[in-house]
Amino acid sequence: MTTATTTTAPADAKRTPTPGGTAARVRRRLSHPVATAVSILIAVLWTVPTFGLFVSSLRPEDEIKTTGWWTAFTNPQFTLENYQEVLFGRSASSGQLASYFVNSLVITIPSVLFPLAFASLAAYALAWINFRGRDWIYIGIFALQIVPLQMALVPLLSFFSQGVSIGDVTLLPAWNLDDEEKFIQVWFAHTCFALPFAVFLLHNFIAQLPKDLMEAARVDGATHPKIFRSIVLPLIVPALAAFAIFQFLWVWNDLLVALIFAGGGNEVAPLTVRLAELAGTRGSEWQRLTSGAFVSIVIPLIVFLSLQRYFVRGLLAGGVKG
Amino acid sequence: MAVPSRRSRQALAVAGVLALALGATACSGESKSGLDPDSPECAPYSDYQGHDGESVSIYASIRDKEADLLQEAWSRFEDCTGIEIDYNGSGEFEAQLQVQVDGGNPPDIALIPQPGLLERFARAGKLKPMPADLKAIADANYPADWLKYATVDGQAYGTPLGANVKSFVWYSPKAFAEKGYQIPTTWAELIALSDKIADSGQKPWCVGLESGDATGWPATDWIEDLVLRTQSPEFYDQWTTHGVPFNDPRVVEAVDQVGSILKNPRYVNGGYGDVKSLTTTAFQEGGLPILQGQCWMHRQANFYANYLPDGTKVGPDGDAYAFYLPPVDPSKGKPLLGGGEFTVAFTDNPAVQAVRRYLASADYANARAKLGNWISPNKHLDINNVAEEVDKLSMQVLLDDAAIFRFDGSDLMPAAVGTGTFWKGMIDWVNGKDTKSTLDFIEGSWPK
Repeated sequence: MTTATTTTAPADAKRTPTPGGTAARVRRRLSHPVATAVSILIAVLWTVPTFGLFVSSLRPEDEIKTTGWWTAFTNPQFTLENYQEVLFGRSASSGQLASYFVNSLVITIPSVLFPLAFASLAAYALAWINFRGRDWIYIGIFALQIVPLQMALVPLLSFFSQGVSIGDVTLLPAWNLDDEEKFIQVWFAHTCFALPFAVFLLHNFIAQLPKDLMEAARVDGATHPKIFRSIVLPLIVPALAAFAIFQFLWVWNDLLVALIFAGGGNEVAPLTVRLAELAGTRGSEWQRLTSGAFVSIVIPLIVFLSLQRYFVRGLLAGGVKG
Repeated sequence: MAVPSRRSRQALAVAGVLALALGATACSGESKSGLDPDSPECAPYSDYQGHDGESVSIYASIRDKEADLLQEAWSRFEDCTGIEIDYNGSGEFEAQLQVQVDGGNPPDIALIPQPGLLERFARAGKLKPMPADLKAIADANYPADWLKYATVDGQAYGTPLGANVKSFVWYSPKAFAEKGYQIPTTWAELIALSDKIADSGQKPWCVGLESGDATGWPATDWIEDLVLRTQSPEFYDQWTTHGVPFNDPRVVEAVDQVGSILKNPRYVNGGYGDVKSLTTTAFQEGGLPILQGQCWMHRQANFYANYLPDGTKVGPDGDAYAFYLPPVDPSKGKPLLGGGEFTVAFTDNPAVQAVRRYLASADYANARAKLGNWISPNKHLDINNVAEEVDKLSMQVLLDDAAIFRFDGSDLMPAAVGTGTFWKGMIDWVNGKDTKSTLDFIEGSWPK
C-alpha cells in the first residue's frame, strides 16, 4: 500500500496544471479525519461477517447450533474441535483434507501458468506484430468473453469422453482419461475459460508500451522473441501479477468446473468439492463449514498478501497510462 | 523489480510448502485387503463372482458419514468378487448427473432419489432396462408400491435401495407420560390433543421451513400427507402426475386442513414465536423445542433423529420418539408418505449386473441396516438388524399390511414445480397468501 501511494503521488501532481486542481482537492478531502473515520467504519462493517465466522469456528458444536456468535463474548466457550474434525477427521470415503489441499494446488498452479504463458504471447503478437486480420482476431477473442462458461460445459465434456466426429469420420478420438489423468481435463478447461479475459487484459497493457522502445530495439537488431523476453515481459510484470491473482482466486474457489471435469473422487477433486460435502448428506454437520472455510482461506491469503503490491500497482498503472 | 535474494527466499518458501503438502499425500495411500474368493466367508458371494479386476462406478447424492456406511456394507462384496466399486457422492448430484449423461460420460450405476428424474432418463433412452434375473429378484424382495416408481411404460429400470418415512410426528414420550397425553390414532384425536395443549396455554406444534434455497419443502410434505389422507391414493397419483389440476378444489380442501395447523396462531410455533417464524426457523432446528418442553409435536421424517443433539435418548420411553401421523378415516388403511433411492444403470455389462443384483438382495439390505441409520423397503430385511428404535418403527409402518405407500410428491412432479414453485408457493402461503391464489400460482407454473 505505501509503495503504491508514494509512486502515484508525483504522477498526480504532474498531471494537475495548477496546485489547487481537482485532484489535490479530492486528495485533501479524502485525507480529512471524517473521511478516515468513514473508511474505518466501512472496513469494520465489511469484516464483521468474516470475524463472526471466525469466532463461530472456535465454538463448540452445540453452541454454534443454538446461539449466535456474538454470545461468545458474554459466555465464552472455545474449542479447536471443529478444526480437529475438519483437518484430521477421517472419513473412509473421502480421506483427509490434506489430499484435497494438494489436489487444489495441483489444479490451480498450472491453471494459472498456462493461460499466463499463452495469453502474454498472444497479446504481444496481437499488439506488435503486423499481420492480416489481426484486429478481427482480437475482436473475436474480446467477444468470447461474453460466452458464459456454463454453455461450454457439456460440449467440452463430450469432447473429452467421446472425441470429435463429423458423421462417421472421427476427427479426434476420445481422451479416455482415468483417475489422476483427469487433472489434464481440469487444466484444459480452466485454461480455455481464462484465455479470452487474459488476452484482453494483457493486450491492453502491452499495446500501451511506448512505441519508441520497440523501434529502438528493432534498430538494435532485436527479433520478436528477444523483444518479448527482454523488454515486454519485465515491463508487464504488474499486469501478469494482477491477472495471476484473479485467476488464482477464481480457480481456487471454483466448484463447478472441478465437479464436472474432475469428478468427486479423492484422487482429483479439489478442496471446494470436499467443502461442499462436509456438512453431510442431510446437512446435519454444518458446524464443520465454519472451520472448513478458514482452512481453505489460508493459501489465497498467502498469495494475495505476497502479490498485493503488484496487484495495486497493476490496477493503478493501467489507469494512469490511459 | 524486487531484490533477487528476496525473490529466491519466496521461491524457497513456496517450494517448502509444496514439499510438505506432497509429503502429506504420500502417506495417505491405502492398501486393499484381498480375501480368498473360495474361503467360507465368501460363500454367500459365489453368485456374483467371475468378474475379478473389473471396476464399477456408482454416483449418488449420499455423502460423508452415510457414504462411509454405504461403502462399508459392500466392502466384503468387493473383497470376495474382486469387483472394485468406485463410489462418488455429491450434493449437486441431480444437476451433475444430467451434465455427465449429456456429455457422454455417465456413471455405471446411479442412485436416483427422484422418480421424476429417473423417468426422464428412461424416456430419453439413457437407462438400461433390468435383465430378467434382476427383475425376478426385485419382484421377490420389494413391494409393488415401490417398484412402480422405477417402472416407465411397463419397463422396469431400477430397484429401491434406502428408504425414509415422512408420515411421522416427533414428540417427547416422557412429557406425554407426565401430562397423561395419549398418542392420537385418528386425525380427530390429533386435533383434540392439539386443542387440549393449546388450552393449557402452550403451543402444541413447532415447525421449521427454512432450508437455504430449498426453503419451504417441509410444508410440501405436510400438504402431500394431507392430500393422501383426505383424498384417495388414486387421487394423489393423479395430482402428482397432473391428471387433475394442481389447484383442484379437493386439493384446496387438503391445504386448508394443513392451514388449520400451520397457520393457526394458537398452535404454532412452539419455542420460536408466531406463524411468521415458520419460514425463518431452520428445518434442522424445527423440532428441538420438544426437548426443552416448549413444544409438543413436530411432523418430520424418520431421519430427523440425525438432527437431535448427541446424547438425546430416542425411544418409546425416551426424550424423543415419533408416532405415525394418523389417518383421517382409519377404515381406508394407513396412507404413508416416504422417499428413497433407486438403483439404475447407464451401462450394461456382467460386472454392473452383478453389483445391481447384490444391491437388490436381502444380504446387502441386512448388511447395511446393521451399520445403523438406514432402512429399506426390502421385504427380507430382518427388523432385528435395524439398529435405531425409530428406524424399527419406520420398518413396522413400512411393512404394515394396511400401509398404502406413496412417494414424496415433490420428487414426482416436474422439477419446475416440485423443487421450485411448490416450495416458493408454500412460503408465500404461510406468510399470509390465501390458499386458492397460492395453488393457482403453482398450477400456472406447471410445464405445458
